[in-house]
Formats: sequence, structure tokens, C-alpha cells
Amino acid sequence: MDERQFNFRRMHYEGAEGALIPLLQKAQEEMGYIPIEAIQMIYERTGIPPSEIYGVATFYAQFRLKPVGKYIVRVCHGTACHVANAKSITDAICDTLNIASGETTPDRLFTIETVSCLGCCSLAPVIMINEQTFGNLTTSSVKKVIKRYMKENGK
Amino acid sequence: MTRAIVGLSTCGVAAGAEAVLATLKERVDAQTLDLQVGFTGCIGMCYREPLVEIRTDSGERFIYGPMNEKRIDRLLSQHIQEGKPIEEWLVWTNNGLGSDREFLNHQVRIVLRNCGLINPESISDYIAQEGYKAIQKALKELTPDALIGIMIDSGLRGRGGAGFPTGMKWRFTRLSAGPRKFIICNADEGDPGAFMDRSVLEGDPHSVLEGMLIAGYAIGAHEGYIYVRAEYPKAIERLKIAIRQAEEKGFLGNNVFGADFSFGIKIKEGAGAFVCGEETALMKSIEGKRGMPRIRPPFPAVKGLWDSPTSINNVETFANVPWIVTNGAAAFSHYGTERSKGTKVFALAGKINRGGLVEVPMGVTIRDIVYNICSGIKDNRRFKAVQIGGPSGGCVPIQLQDTIIDYDSISRTGAIMGSGGMVVMDETTCMVDVARFFLDFTQRESCGKCTFCRIGTRRMLEILTRITEGKGELGDLDLLDDLAQKIKDNSLCGLGQTAPNPVLTTLKYFRGEYEAHILSRKCPAHHCTALIIFSVIAALCDGCTACARICPVKCISGTKGEVHVIHQNLCTKCGECYRVCPRDAILKD
Ligand SMILES: Cc1cc2nc3c(=O)[nH]c(=O)nc-3n(C[C@H](O)[C@H](O)[C@H](O)COP(=O)(O)O)c2cc1C
Ligand code: FES
Repeated sequence: MDERQFNFRRMHYEGAEGALIPLLQKAQEEMGYIPIEAIQMIYERTGIPPSEIYGVATFYAQFRLKPVGKYIVRVCHGTACHVANAKSITDAICDTLNIASGETTPDRLFTIETVSCLGCCSLAPVIMINEQTFGNLTTSSVKKVIKRYMKENGK
Repeated sequence: MTRAIVGLSTCGVAAGAEAVLATLKERVDAQTLDLQVGFTGCIGMCYREPLVEIRTDSGERFIYGPMNEKRIDRLLSQHIQEGKPIEEWLVWTNNGLGSDREFLNHQVRIVLRNCGLINPESISDYIAQEGYKAIQKALKELTPDALIGIMIDSGLRGRGGAGFPTGMKWRFTRLSAGPRKFIICNADEGDPGAFMDRSVLEGDPHSVLEGMLIAGYAIGAHEGYIYVRAEYPKAIERLKIAIRQAEEKGFLGNNVFGADFSFGIKIKEGAGAFVCGEETALMKSIEGKRGMPRIRPPFPAVKGLWDSPTSINNVETFANVPWIVTNGAAAFSHYGTERSKGTKVFALAGKINRGGLVEVPMGVTIRDIVYNICSGIKDNRRFKAVQIGGPSGGCVPIQLQDTIIDYDSISRTGAIMGSGGMVVMDETTCMVDVARFFLDFTQRESCGKCTFCRIGTRRMLEILTRITEGKGELGDLDLLDDLAQKIKDNSLCGLGQTAPNPVLTTLKYFRGEYEAHILSRKCPAHHCTALIIFSVIAALCDGCTACARICPVKCISGTKGEVHVIHQNLCTKCGECYRVCPRDAILKD
């Protein structure tokens, strides 16, 4: 690589000051996941090699390389939620939507994810659907919440 | 004018506070009441959310909870119009009433001084509470060295886990030469079970900004980053508002308060990796790389973000700073023990009657927190242990409940102070399962850089899983102990060095439970499904069919009026039969 090119790359790096993660976050916010095209685009803009972009995208739990549903159901499996039997909550949601945790319903409406701690531990067990938090759940109340979302979407 | 203030933090909103606020506004508009409706952050009584406070001009405060839309009308007619507070709904007042008054009255609030009191989206509310006075005092009256001296004298130690003296950290960073220096606020709060940083950011974001400004002036840094986890959307939103307001007022930016000091703050959202709470990994993450820790030294004070000197502190640490500058080092070190000064915020969750945020002076005991403030264990069960310090911490058993809260005493139990998460456990919590839970967490969150952490935690998890499934052998306990020591000694960062703590403390205090799983294939807490059997007690069963009807796998047979039978080969141990049986005729063993 000739030196000018090298400097050019470094300049982009430093000029962007850690822009990679915000760029990936932006891409995911807009598309719901990180398609291969987004990695290509980020490479063209910043000069960061696609291998490195891929490395970063797979390191962080937040980034998904596959499309997700309209609603992301995050089931908390943090300490407080674990001792409040979060597993039964996950089971109830999986039962209602008929998919396993980590999967997306065929109609692309729901994706189930598990996370560790949503910061509402005193209301355990807790889930978050997109940016809305629900606490003090039981297996039957969580089913109701999910069904309400299904109904709102004509299911 | 009298005000009605709704607690709008994530916990309040999850409990329905937005609907309460909307109803309040609607009623007040419709009835043209002389009442101003507003909101605040987290009061700390998360277990009583949604909370509504009535605050009069003369300074009387009445907190009600839990409130819902249906209770609004009576609140307005009886308290506001007739002037008669509704005693049965009151949880706290500032003149000695309220069912839960001990919860707040036993606390000393320095970090949480404004949480639940002010509107977190209003900079003038913060200013009215002496906000931004401390930075002005520092700029006008104190040299950076004098300021660092105050921090050292106060005895403040970092609240993010390791407890390093904050003033010393600032001094080292000040002494490091470099054209560019950074302040970082660690708001990654990765410990599952801790939520005090979220509450401070949601309830009083300006106090953190002011703390960072003061740190910037002390160290000679002009740029600050707040690294906040993406799971906290409300905290991020309020921080953004706060930064914008401070910039508009000229409290952030060039020549802060007209002084020869400039400082700007940016937010970086985390992307979901526990290890990024570790300072060197966090800086890698801000730089846009994979968040992998590196060996220290060099410490961030010498070589931090983009290789520049960097001082990194926790949210709670920063929230203490303006208070200390305003009130003086002695006022702070007046609280606490010999080597741990001031107060600490704890996040209480688990099997406790009053789960929420508690700020106490260092030196109170675990018993004080669990019983006197948080009113003991839920459902009259027996207190078994409290998990302190999250995945790096350990389980402190009931027999050590008189341990005092300070860095050294907690470390002696095998746990660590950590960020201050306390998850309370009762007799239905299986300690082997708790250890397995934490190892599952650390094993997943290990960044994979060093072998002991990457593979060692995995092996420990496998052994623990085997034990909870009833396939353990006695030699497993020695194996766990051996692995634990090696992982502690050989891991690169704090994640691996502390990952074995939950196992070591449970092995130390609850060895009998491990042995029961291995030797008698029983889970004393009746939690591990592989080790419990549900059966019908023939003498009690009257054949009501409730269990057979609820069983999701239809493994219970029997006709009406006759004793039912559970077919063990099909049973999934969901426990539904046990829950519905009206005659307690299902035995769980
Ligand atoms: C695995 C790991 C996770 C950590 N997570 C956090 C965290 O979420 N928040 C935090 O403030 N400090 C965390 N720390 C501690 C930081 O490395 C660092 O010590 C702290 O931010 C310094 O701030 P303080 O001096 O104010 O405590 C973590 C450390 C380790 C090893
Ligand atoms: S453990 Fe679930 S919200 Fe904290």
C-alpha cells in the first residue's frame, strides 16, 4: 500500500473518531438489522475493512445480521428476573408465538430475544417490547400482553 | 400553586405511570383545578410505583402509591379540594406519616439528593437545588490542585466496583502529560440486578454532567464521553436533553461560565457487551473496535482513550462530586467507616418486600438494609442469602447479616461491593442454580481473549449444569475449586478474575446444598426440575380433576371423585398441578 493511501485511511479513521459503532447502530435503526450491503457502504465511507466491520458487528450482542420482526420482545434473564422465574415467562411467550427464543415469527411481526437486565429489577420478571417495558409479569399476564400486540396488528 | 408530581422513570412507566399522568392532566384541565401537574425521576420506591406526590407551596410533601387511573378522582376531590390527605394510600410524608416512611427516613441521600424531587428535564429545577454552584465555586475559588486535594480528603472511592480513590485517580491523570485528555463517565451498568446508575441518569442527569465538568477542570481535560448502555433509552433521552440545555446556557462549551476553561460532552451508546464496563474494553468500544480489555499498566490515567490520559469514573461517583465541592470534604467523610467514606446506593431486588433504591451511609449492616429499610422477605419466607456485586460478587448468607457495609468488610465475605446490586434470596432459591446462572452469564460475556476465562468458565458451567441435573459426582466440587483458583489467578481482566466468586462463596457457605444435589440427588430448595418429583398424596386427593385439567402435557389420569395419578415418564415438572390443587394434595419433593 503506498503511503498516501495509508494516510488517507488513517485520516478517515481519526476523523470519524470511533464512528463505526454509531454507524452500525444507525444502519440497524433504519433497517432493523445489518445487511451485507450496509457493511459495504460503511467500508466505502470510512475505509475500515469489511472484515473489521464484521468483527465488530459480531462482537456486540446488539447487532443482528438477520432481519427481525416489527416487535422485538426482550425477555430479561438478569439475576432478579432469574430468581423470579424468568424462564417460565420465556416459555409462555415462546408458546404463544410458537417460536423459540432468538427466532422471528414467519409473519415477521415478533422476534424473541433474551437480555441480561433491563434495569427494572424491582419489578421482576420484566420484558421490553421495542421501547416499552412491562413488569411484575406472570405467565398469564405476559400472554395477554403478547396477544394485545397480535390483535393490534390484525392477528 | 400546589403541585401533583408523577414519578416517570423506567420502573414507574412500566408500572403504568404514563396513564396516571395523562388522567391527572385530563381531570385537572376538565375541572379547572388550581393544581400544577408535573413529573420527576425515580423516588426509589420502585415496589410502590406508580407514585404521585402532592407538594404544597409551603413545602409539605405527600407521596401516594401505588396509584392508578381509578384512584385519581378521589385523590383530587379529597386531598386537593377538601384538603384531607388519604391516609390509607400514603406511603411517605415529610411530617412523619405514611405506611412506608421508614424506607425513606432511614436513608441519607447525597447521590440521590435530587432524584424524585426535581424535574430531570428542567435545568432550572436543578439550578434551584444549588445546581451548577459547585463548578462555579471550583472555577472561581479553587485551583485544580486544591480541588483534587478536596476529593482526596473527602475519601470518595470509585463506585463502579473496584473502589479506587477518586482524587488519586484524578491526580495521576492531571500529572500525565498530553495535549489532549479525556473524562469518561462509565454508565454501562452491566451488573444484572443493579439499576442505580439508570435511576441517577433518569432522575438527575445534570448532577453527572456537573461532576464531569469538575473532573475536567481538575484534570485539564476538555472532552468528556458518557458511555451508556443502549438498554436504557430513557436515560439516554434525558441525558441528551440535559446536555442540550447546559450547552444553551453556556455551562458546556467554550469558556464555561466565562472562565478560561472549555468542556464538551458526547454520548456513546453501548452495544450490549458486559465486558465493555471494564475500563480498557470500554475505551476500545468508544474507539469503534471490539471491546476487548488489555493488560494494565499502562493505566488509562497514562494511556487511555486514543492513547491519551483519561480518567474514567462511574455515574454514582460523578454524582457525589458536586455535593462534595459544595459542602466540603469533611461533610462527606463525616459519614462512613475508617476506609469507606460517604454513602452508597444499593439496588434492592429479589425476594424482598420493598425493592428499590436505598442510599445509606457506609457502615450500616446488611440486616439494617434488609429488615429496617426494606421490611424483610416477601411472603414471610426465610431470608437465606443476599447476592452482592453481581457476576463478580458473591452470596452472603444469613449468618453474616450483621456484616457492615464497606469495601473491606464485604470483600472479607468473599463477595465484593461491586456497583451495589443486592439480590435477596429466600429458601426457595437454589444456590447451586444461582452459581450456575452467574457462570452461564460470565461464560457468555467472556470476550474470549484469554484462555482461562474463555475455556475455564465454560468448564465450570458444564460441571454446575451437570450438578443441577442430578448427574454430579463428589469429585466435581474439588474440580470446581481448583478451576476457580486458576481462573482467578490467570485471567487478564476483572471479568475472569472475579467470575469464580459466585461459585466460591456458594461452595463456602452452602456446601450442603451442593452435596444434596450430588449425593442424594435432591434439590433442597425444590428448584432444579430434574431433581423434583410431583406426586399425588392419595389420602388428600378428592378427585376434583383440577390438576388433570390444567396439566399441559395431559400426564395426570383419574376419573372424577377418585384419586389421580401423575405419570412420571411424561411429566415436564411445570408445577401447574401443585399450584392449582385446592386441597394441597400434590407433593413436591
Ligand atoms: C467485567 C467488568 C465490568 C465492569 N462494569 C462496570 C460498569 O458497568 N460500570 C462501572 O462503572 N464500572 C464497571 N467496571 C469497573 C471499571 O473497570 C472501572 O473500574 C470503573 O468504571 C472506574 O470508575 P470508579 O473509579 O468511579 O469506580 C467493570 C469492571 C469489570 C472488570
Ligand atoms: S434482572 Fe431483570 S430487570 Fe434487572
